[in-house]
Amino acid sequence: MSETSAPEVQSSDLKVIKNVTFEILRYSPEKDEAPRAQKFQVPVIKGMTVLDGLLWIKENLDASLAYRSSCRMGVCGSCGMFINGLPRLACNNQIVHLNADTITIKPLPNYNIIRDLVPDLEGFFDKHESIQPYMIREQVEELNNPTGEFFQSPDELVDYIQFAYCIKCGLCLSACPTVATDDNFIGPQALAQAYRYNVDSRDEGAKEREEELYSSHGVWRCHFAGACSDVCPKGVDPAFAIQLLKQNMFMQKLHVHKQKPATHVIPWVAEHIPNEKIPKAPERTVK
Amino acid sequence: MRESTLWFWHIIAGAVIFVFLGLHMFIMHLESILGFLGLGYGGDVTSAQSVFMRSQQGFYMVTYIVLLGAALYHGLYGFRNILFELSLSRTLEKIINWFFALGGLALFIYGTYVTVFIFFNPTAV
Amino acid sequence: MKVEVKHRKNKLGIVGWIGGGRFGAERYAYALHRLTGLGILAYFLLHIFVTGSRIGGRQSWESAMANFKTPLFKFGEFLVFLAFAYHALNGLRLIITELGFMLGKAQRPVFPYVTSVHRQRPLFIGLMIVAAIIIIFGGADFYFI
Repeated sequence: MSETSAPEVQSSDLKVIKNVTFEILRYSPEKDEAPRAQKFQVPVIKGMTVLDGLLWIKENLDASLAYRSSCRMGVCGSCGMFINGLPRLACNNQIVHLNADTITIKPLPNYNIIRDLVPDLEGFFDKHESIQPYMIREQVEELNNPTGEFFQSPDELVDYIQFAYCIKCGLCLSACPTVATDDNFIGPQALAQAYRYNVDSRDEGAKEREEELYSSHGVWRCHFAGACSDVCPKGVDPAFAIQLLKQNMFMQKLHVHKQKPATHVIPWVAEHIPNEKIPKAPERTVK
Repeated sequence: MRESTLWFWHIIAGAVIFVFLGLHMFIMHLESILGFLGLGYGGDVTSAQSVFMRSQQGFYMVTYIVLLGAALYHGLYGFRNILFELSLSRTLEKIINWFFALGGLALFIYGTYVTVFIFFNPTAV
Repeated sequence: MKVEVKHRKNKLGIVGWIGGGRFGAERYAYALHRLTGLGILAYFLLHIFVTGSRIGGRQSWESAMANFKTPLFKFGEFLVFLAFAYHALNGLRLIITELGFMLGKAQRPVFPYVTSVHRQRPLFIGLMIVAAIIIIFGGADFYFI
C-alpha cells in the first residue's frame, strides 16, 4: 500500500478573502418581546460555510448565540435556517457562493422560535409520525419472527430510494405556501414519506395511510408550487411524491389503478458455507 | 375519500371549462379574428341582436348550461380550498361547505332557468 | 422541574402565499393562479346576474349593458381576459403535472439534483408563451380593432 499523507495546508488557504456582515435575527424568550436583528462582522476564508461563520461568531464575538448544528456536512439536518431569502442548511452553503456582502439569517419560518435560530420541530415530527412511516405487512407474524427476507429488485428500489433520502431538516415546510397558513396540513415531508412507503414493493400499508393522506388537509392542499423541491438539500423532491400520490388516487377513481403485488418472502439459505479465504468477523462487542 | 372525489371533479370541471370557456372567450373577445376568417357575426357581439340570436340556438343553450355548472363547481371549490387553508375550526369548515353547496346550487338553478326560458320563449323577449 | 417555554409564533400567514423568498417561478405562478382565480370568480358571479338580465327582454339587456360601457369597466374586462388567459394555460399545466405526467421518473438523487419542478419547466415556459400570444391578440381586439 502506498503511503498517502494529508495535503499540507497552504497559508494562502487561511487568508481572509473578504469581510462579511452577518445579520442574525435574535430572540430570547426571557428578555425579548419581539425578535431583533443583530450584526456581526465575520472574516471569511476559503471554503468557509455559513455554519462556520456562526461558529466563529459564537467563539469570538457572542457566546450567547443559539443555533442547532451537529454533523456540519449536510447529513443530519439540524442547521436549517432562512439564509438570504431561502431556507437552506447552514453547513451546505459556502459564504463565498452566496455572493453577498451581507448574509441575513433568520430562523426557519412556519415553525415556532425557541431561541435565536432554533426552531421548534415538534409538530413536524408529529406529522411525520401520523402517516405511519414504517413497513406495514398483512402477515404480522412474518414481520415479528421473520423466516426470510422480503424480495426487492433493484428497479423496485429506484421507485422509492429518492424519497428515502429525507433527513428531516424541515426546510420544505418552511418553503411551502400552504403550511404558512394551514396548521393542519400534513406537509410535504410527511406526504413524501407516505409515498415512499406506499410505493415500496415490500409494503402493504397504502390502505391504512389512505384516510390521513386523502383527508381535507392531506394531499389536496398541495397546489404544486414546487418550493419544497426547490429547497430540499438532498434531492428528495417532495412535490414529485405528492403529485404521484394524487395520480394514484385519480387512477383509482377512474378504476385504472394498477394493484401493487405484494412481494414474497425468500427463505434464508439453510446451510451457509463460509469462504475460507475471507477472515472471520471479530466477536461482537455489543451484546 | 370524499375530499378525493371533490378534487376529482374539480380537475374534470377544469378541463371542461378549458374547452368551453376557451370557445366563449374566442367568440366574445377575438371576434375580429373570427370575422377575418369569415366565421363572425359581424358587429358588436354584446348587442341585443347578437345576444338573443345566440340564446335561441340549441348549441349555445347547452354549452351555457354546461359552462355554468362546471365553472360554478370549479370556482366555488377553488375558493373553498383557499378558505380551508386558513386553519379554520371544524364548525366553520362545515358552514362553508353548506354555504357554498347551497349557494352554488341556487346560482345554477337561476342561470339554467334564464337560459332555458329564453330558449323556449323566443317571442316573450 | 418543568420549565414553561415561551415559544414565539413564526407562521408567515397569507404573506407566505405570495412569496417572501428566492423560490422558483412556479411558486409565484401558484400565487398568481390563486389571485386570478379569485378575480375570475368575482367577475363570474357578477356575470351570471348581468347576463341573467336578458330574461327581461331586449330593453332590460340594453340598460344592463349600458352600465358597463365606461372605460373603467372596459379595462376591468380586459383584466379579466388577462386573468383568464393566464389561469387557463397555467391550469392546463397544473392538470398535467398534478396528475403526475411530464414530471419524469423517480431516480437516484445525484448532485446537482434535478427535480420534477425542473423537468416540467419547459412545459411551463411553453404554455406561458401561448398565454402571452393570446393576451396580445386579445388586447389588440379589445383596444385597437
